[in-house]
Amino acid sequence: MSTDSQPNTGSRSLSPVIIAISFVVLIGFLYLIGQGLRRAYAGPITIGQKVPAFELTTFEGEVIHTADWQGKVIVVNFWASWCKPCEQEAVDLERAWQRYHLGGEVLFLGVNYVDTEPEARAFVAKFGLTYPNGPDLRTKISQMFRIQGVPETYIIDRSGRLAFVKKGPTTLNEISGVVDRLLAQTP
Amino acid sequence: MSGIGLRKLRFSWQYLVWGVLLVLMVGGAMVQSVRAQQPTPSDDEVNAIAKTMYCPVCENVPLDVCPTQACAQWRELIRQKLAEGWTEQQIKDYFVAQYGDRVLGEPPRRGLHWLVYVLPPLSFLAGVLILVNVFRNMRRAKPVIASPDSKVKASSSWDDPYAQQLEEELRRRERGE
Amino acid sequence: MVAEIGFGALIVAFVVSIYGILAGLYGARRHAEPWLESGRRAMLLTWPLITLSVVCLVALLVGGHYEVQYVYNVSSRFMPLYLRITALWGGQAGSLVFWSWLMAAFAAAATLRKWDRDREFLPWVIVVTLVTLAFFLGLVIFVENPFVRFWQMPDGRQAVAMFAPRGATPLVPMDGRGLNPLLRHPGMILHPPMLYLGFVSFVIPYAFGVAALVTGRTDDRWIRITRRWTLVAWLFLSLGLILGSRWAYDVLGWGGYWGWDPVEIAAFMPWLSGTAFLHSVMIQEKRGLFKRWNMILIILTYALVIFGTFLTRSGVLSSVHAFAQSAIGPLFFGFIAFTFIGSMGLLLYRWNDLRSEGVMTSLLSREALFLLNNLLFMGILVVCFWGVIYPLISEIFTGQKVTVGPSYYERSTAPLFAALLLLMGIAPLSAWGHSTLKTLGRALWKPLIASIVVVIGLWVGGIRAWSALLAFWLVALVSLVTLYEYYRAVVARHRRTGENYLRALWNLAGRNRRRYGGYIIHLGVVLMALGIIGIELFQTETQGTVQPGGSLRLGDYTMLFQRLDVFDTQDGRNVARAVVSVFKNDRYVGELHPRRDFFYDSQQTMTIPGVRSTMEDDFYVILVDWQSSAQGITFKIYHNPLVNWLWVGGLVFILGTLVAAWPDREAESPRARAAQTLAVQGA
Repeated sequence: MSTDSQPNTGSRSLSPVIIAISFVVLIGFLYLIGQGLRRAYAGPITIGQKVPAFELTTFEGEVIHTADWQGKVIVVNFWASWCKPCEQEAVDLERAWQRYHLGGEVLFLGVNYVDTEPEARAFVAKFGLTYPNGPDLRTKISQMFRIQGVPETYIIDRSGRLAFVKKGPTTLNEISGVVDRLLAQTP
Repeated sequence: MSGIGLRKLRFSWQYLVWGVLLVLMVGGAMVQSVRAQQPTPSDDEVNAIAKTMYCPVCENVPLDVCPTQACAQWRELIRQKLAEGWTEQQIKDYFVAQYGDRVLGEPPRRGLHWLVYVLPPLSFLAGVLILVNVFRNMRRAKPVIASPDSKVKASSSWDDPYAQQLEEELRRRERGE
Repeated sequence: MVAEIGFGALIVAFVVSIYGILAGLYGARRHAEPWLESGRRAMLLTWPLITLSVVCLVALLVGGHYEVQYVYNVSSRFMPLYLRITALWGGQAGSLVFWSWLMAAFAAAATLRKWDRDREFLPWVIVVTLVTLAFFLGLVIFVENPFVRFWQMPDGRQAVAMFAPRGATPLVPMDGRGLNPLLRHPGMILHPPMLYLGFVSFVIPYAFGVAALVTGRTDDRWIRITRRWTLVAWLFLSLGLILGSRWAYDVLGWGGYWGWDPVEIAAFMPWLSGTAFLHSVMIQEKRGLFKRWNMILIILTYALVIFGTFLTRSGVLSSVHAFAQSAIGPLFFGFIAFTFIGSMGLLLYRWNDLRSEGVMTSLLSREALFLLNNLLFMGILVVCFWGVIYPLISEIFTGQKVTVGPSYYERSTAPLFAALLLLMGIAPLSAWGHSTLKTLGRALWKPLIASIVVVIGLWVGGIRAWSALLAFWLVALVSLVTLYEYYRAVVARHRRTGENYLRALWNLAGRNRRRYGGYIIHLGVVLMALGIIGIELFQTETQGTVQPGGSLRLGDYTMLFQRLDVFDTQDGRNVARAVVSVFKNDRYVGELHPRRDFFYDSQQTMTIPGVRSTMEDDFYVILVDWQSSAQGITFKIYHNPLVNWLWVGGLVFILGTLVAAWPDREAESPRARAAQTLAVQGA
């Protein structure tokens, strides 16, 4: 800490260099804490904000780059097998996927948050999820979206901006309502 | 005694039924893992590893005592990996790859994270240097200005009983509270 | 109506504080005594005003007025009366009011002291104290108002506001959400108030320090005035920390008392700098040295108090006990930056006036050893501060969170704590001013040899771990030195005055409370160290799944699982309670009831251990799981040797602080006089 430099006694006065250094260190620390605070308060990615590209490695080992899906609508759902509300929405998500995936204009991604693989696979099997699902390796994706819990659903529009956020379980109507609107837009 | 025995019997029957149900439910995907669990590692072996790990769901609570279901699943995963013959290091590496550095009880020693380990000793060292400096300055200053000053101080507070009493009196009044 | 009165009282208190600040500033500038007196009374007035507000909030809580959002959030019908009252500090908004109330109490007490001899400090003490108070009141009024209520809007929406929006009707929920279960434990009644008391009472020494800086009175007057305040602050902070650990041990169910959680550290940091301050002020009093360092320490302590409050309340670090994220973070941050930079600037401005008056003559003198003690405390502080802050820094630069867990803190601080213990053994024997190896050795050799004998005894007794032997040696040394000091003094007094030994001891402690109280504190620390060594170095644990009638073994202990009861309680819990018998060396020693409480209203579970506690060891059983496993019920058991000494030591520690801080008989009269005059003037 900056204050280490002080128990200096004797009759000399303090050199300006030491004063400057102490204050720089002090303000540096305050700046860092301030930055941390800003980060903590930033909350999740806000609507209208450009979502950075990311990649998801599915349980099957396939790597999906969102960058390859530019100009399409992307639905990102965070879930975990230990989360009860996630079970509620799983069926609806799958039905929504069935409705859109043939069109090729919409991508669904299931991001499995802080989960273990066997349980996660069992969950996928239990609800017959066919859209790409994969673990959130190193919790990178969830940290990027700064999610607060599971389930959370994010929908990205054709121009790569966030169009919709849902915390808590979503429904088929909700998703299709948003996706239909986004599909109607031209990129 | 027999009551307990009977209860125990009933309990184990119930659990047996539940166990069978559970195995059936989990089904196909779990088959390999169930088979792999034959030489089940004990809870203590699992906890020994879990003790130094943290799950993002319950921050700052070590994995071995965290009561959430997510953590229970993690512990099962550790058990499974142990049964497959993985070492502690391999298991930790796997968890880091899956969930990031924050699962470890301490930041890994590389890159920026070295700061964690280097900064406190360095600042302590700086403190020692400052202290040495202070001592040296003071001892150097001693012959020049020290002696009369400190002698007055010492005598006033320690030797002269009257002065001591006076000082005490003064202090009492000053203390104020 | 009650809510309006409470809120109104807060606003008046805020206005009065602002007025007090202005009056103090103006009075100091113009040397206008009437303005100063007016500011002083403003400071005194804040306390009854905030008291009124607190009374209103408690009345709402007790009366179950769930239309008030705060009441809705922290209480429910199930809760007994004492919990409804303590819910006052169970949530963010209420605890801020509580904080302000305690702060105002200390401010009022400070106004009642006798000010004749140091009148020049008065305006600045008023300004600093009231600025702090006004900041907290401002937070309560503008950001975290505990009196806001629910309203039904004409268009059917719900709103939360202090006063009825146009056309809205009050909305009264049937029941509240209830207090966080972790806070329902009786231990929680005392822990937060003690901690807050410790926090707020450090504001007073800080205010005097700043006053000394502003007025340029660089002698040790401010230190002498605030000595008792500091001790009281430190007493409460220590009490808060000890109660907090006890609560964690009893309620959190992880077999330990201290988890190096950021929130715990946030409360520990001001304690560290405060302890360093308590020691180093003695150097200034006795020898006139290190004035600057003392200023730095008190500024640091105050900054850490605010910083600790900031850490717990801003949500900047998520942690078990952190309050939910709220808008107060940035405000707190601004306040810390303002006060810290401001006071450091002031210190630099006075830097040359704060020269040491004396010199240090010996490296073994007590002042030198105290300085070393300060270095060690600062070392521990740096470790703690850095460990708490680093995850933030890592996230900023790498985008990845990291955990800085107990292993880091334990490894980094253990040598520093050991060195502190060693110092604790040596420093009381060295003299102020000059001490040589010879004088020190003469005082030290007897306890030293005795302590080595103790260690040899332990070695023969079978303890082989060098860390344990070292730790026990330190403990033995410090306790022997302390007791030897007592012994020498008592014998000397007995010889001189002819009093019997007990009487001599009593009079001795009475004559130099600070010194002998300090020694009692040292003894307390040693006993606590014993408990800490026991749990850190000798704790064993095991976990296993058993059927009823099955048993688990750990060391000499066997735990026989009898049965599990699952039932609902009146107050809205679902309890799973196991009954286990404990055998030591195959002899039945008792029954324990580890349990899991599930709270329906908050959907939270709580693990409450069953503990068999003796002075020798604790047998600590946790119910881990009773639902998912087919093989039975999973228990975790800990064997915690010596841990009870931690609590005994804590009691001794507090006793010692009380002895050291106990007011002198003579000191009471001016206070009583001041109170009288004030009552007369008020009437």
